[in-house]
Amino acid sequence: MKLLKATTFLVAAAMATGAAAQQDGGRLDLIVQPEPPGLMLGLVQNGPTQMVAGQIYEGLLRYNQDLEPQPSLAKEWEISDDGMTYTFKLQEGVKWHDGEPFSAADVIFTTKFLQDNHARFRGAFSHVESVEAPDDNTIVIHMKEPYGPFINAFEAGSMPIVPKHIYEGTDYATNEMNNTPIGTGPYTFVEWEKGSFIHLKKNPDYYLDGLPHIDDLYYRVVPDAASRAVAFETGEVDVLPGGAIENWDVARLTKMDNVCSTSEGWEFFAPHAWMWLNNREGPTSNKLFRKAVMYALDREFVKDVVWNGFGKVPTGPVSSKTNFYTDDVPQYPHDPEKAKELLKEMGYDGTPVRLLPLPYGETWQRWAEAVKQNLEEVGISVDIDSADVAGWNEKTANWDYDMAFTYLYQYGDPALGVARNYIESQIQKGSPWNNVEGYVNPEVDAMWEAAAVEPDNAKRQDMYTEIQQKIVEDVPVAWLLEIEFPTIYRCEVKNLITTGIGLNDGLRDAWIEQ
Amino acid sequence: MTFWKRFITNRGALFGLAILIAVLLLALLAPLLFPRGPWAMVQRPFLVPFSTDGLPLGTDTLGRDVLAGLVYGARVSLLVGLVSTVMALLIGVPLGALAGFYGKWVDEAAMRFTEFFQTIPNFALAIVLVAILEPSLTSITIAIAIVSWPPVARLVRAEVMSVTRREYVDAARLAGLSNMHILVRQVLPNTVSPIIVMASLMVATAILLESSLSFLGLGDPNIMSWGFQIGAARTVIRSAWWLSFFPGAAIVLTVLALNLIGEGLNDALNPHLSRKGRS
Repeated sequence: MKLLKATTFLVAAAMATGAAAQQDGGRLDLIVQPEPPGLMLGLVQNGPTQMVAGQIYEGLLRYNQDLEPQPSLAKEWEISDDGMTYTFKLQEGVKWHDGEPFSAADVIFTTKFLQDNHARFRGAFSHVESVEAPDDNTIVIHMKEPYGPFINAFEAGSMPIVPKHIYEGTDYATNEMNNTPIGTGPYTFVEWEKGSFIHLKKNPDYYLDGLPHIDDLYYRVVPDAASRAVAFETGEVDVLPGGAIENWDVARLTKMDNVCSTSEGWEFFAPHAWMWLNNREGPTSNKLFRKAVMYALDREFVKDVVWNGFGKVPTGPVSSKTNFYTDDVPQYPHDPEKAKELLKEMGYDGTPVRLLPLPYGETWQRWAEAVKQNLEEVGISVDIDSADVAGWNEKTANWDYDMAFTYLYQYGDPALGVARNYIESQIQKGSPWNNVEGYVNPEVDAMWEAAAVEPDNAKRQDMYTEIQQKIVEDVPVAWLLEIEFPTIYRCEVKNLITTGIGLNDGLRDAWIEQ
Repeated sequence: MTFWKRFITNRGALFGLAILIAVLLLALLAPLLFPRGPWAMVQRPFLVPFSTDGLPLGTDTLGRDVLAGLVYGARVSLLVGLVSTVMALLIGVPLGALAGFYGKWVDEAAMRFTEFFQTIPNFALAIVLVAILEPSLTSITIAIAIVSWPPVARLVRAEVMSVTRREYVDAARLAGLSNMHILVRQVLPNTVSPIIVMASLMVATAILLESSLSFLGLGDPNIMSWGFQIGAARTVIRSAWWLSFFPGAAIVLTVLALNLIGEGLNDALNPHLSRKGRS
């Protein structure tokens, strides 16, 4: 048995803050954008919900910025050498926000609860044979097969532990306690004034001594990007999460006095942007054409100009922040001449291609315009389509596009967040998140399958390296950018981002210098 | 005094005409002046006006030449303005003429139909139409035409009604001319002057409507227009004023020119009014 020792909290805290002592108290105002549809994290898992509810609910584990597991509700854990058994030791003396004690029974109940309500959890737990609780503080998970990425599936967003005493035997979706969520986390729910703010306060009975530090959290809802920037300037809010304001405003706000910014805290998600290229029909079904597109794009320019220098030009399907990344793949620098040669070789006849931008604001619109210009300069004629969010979903999910912008999260492991976009079994109309481009390569499919259940990490790395090389050679989609969303905050807020999901669970350790 | 002489003695109208001709020339010569088109990213982004040779109005968020955008935008504005006005006239004039000439139930039906459109706010209807038809140059032009014809119909109806009661129309009837002949040959030519004046103002309104739609992001994403330039500059208005200022000025000038011309035409076509001076 190989033992993964849990770093104790005290050591972690001392390392993170150095000599300075944390101060308790204060109030923090953050932006949440858009307003979440609900806060019951077991039922709703979209971005804004995770950001707020991640302070209320907890998972068994958290992940640091290198995506290594850290203790959360589980204080220690072991993985058997064959990768078939996971044993978690739970924290002791944990109470739900309503005073009921937390135990292994809640974890067992959660695995049933999430089966019905959480697609990503269902995916990860399809490799699980059974879950048992030998005593009140121990959870043992037996696997059907070794599944390397499994250890990455325990943070609050992937597996939020929900209270058995509230949900057992009720209709989960209509349980009225969904409006006043009860978790084990460092902050408790106080009030939600719809369209205005969500108020959380410090959990006085939190099981880690001295945490959290801040008394009150206010998540403010401000619908317009320019107004959000102004709210920060006037001091009304202290934290702008990534993506809360247009990129053009980032440079202006970070120049203000006493304003700090960081692009950390997205390592676990590693948002990866690309254009779907329809592999089924039209010019984009030709590999030479797709390669020409890659050479025609000036991706560095977009990074510098449209994204104000934030982010990184990707080498392929896997983000450099995700485990098992390699840069040992064919490269596609900006080379219009090469693009023209490839188009000539394929005999491109000038058939216009439709380009569908992501309707997420000005940044994305400018991006589409830059891409169109790049492509037209090598002789590809491009019509920009327009669609609202619903229309974009509809068109991509039903393959009614030639090229379409998107970005997706990677969840730390290629098997969790990358494979779904390239394997044949994920070709299904109706979802904009699967293999929308229609890439079919049985050889690579087999490699994906083998890599996911390989228990040895060194071997997994070799397999994923080969997968990345093959896919980058085929260019099923045009990878554009590893997106970085800068978080902007007042410098007196300390320890704001300490994990791979950043603000989503970071308020536990944050404190304000008075 | 001939019409033309009366028109050119009106300084405002001449000024307007000069601006319009200048805009028209720029629009026509756009491909010669800026062969790379309005979307080419020619320099660093956010270059301040008058700071770089060859880029008198600076560059936008992607490093595109603002002046090139303005010149190409003129084509779109004028094209949409003219075509949608012609379409609105093609709907409004026949409907109004028939209603005014035949009266009774034809009038009732036509006017109720017109009121149906008039009760919906212009801009709201235009937004809905463009959203349904998906934004493109054609759908925008059609939407603008559909929201702008009702006033034409009402104007033509009123004019036709008053002209139809004149004695020469009775004379024409007695002479045995057909209704259609009387309407088209005798009545309509006498209602042309108010229609022309109205049309010139409608072009101005259409340009404003197109700009507003583009500003809201409902423009044709493949076409550079003034409204698009302003809409795209909205988020950076505090750091790059010139991106919204110049297209805004272009819209103001063009709309002003069309209004001046409209007023000039009104005076020139109505000698009675022009002699007394405008009120």
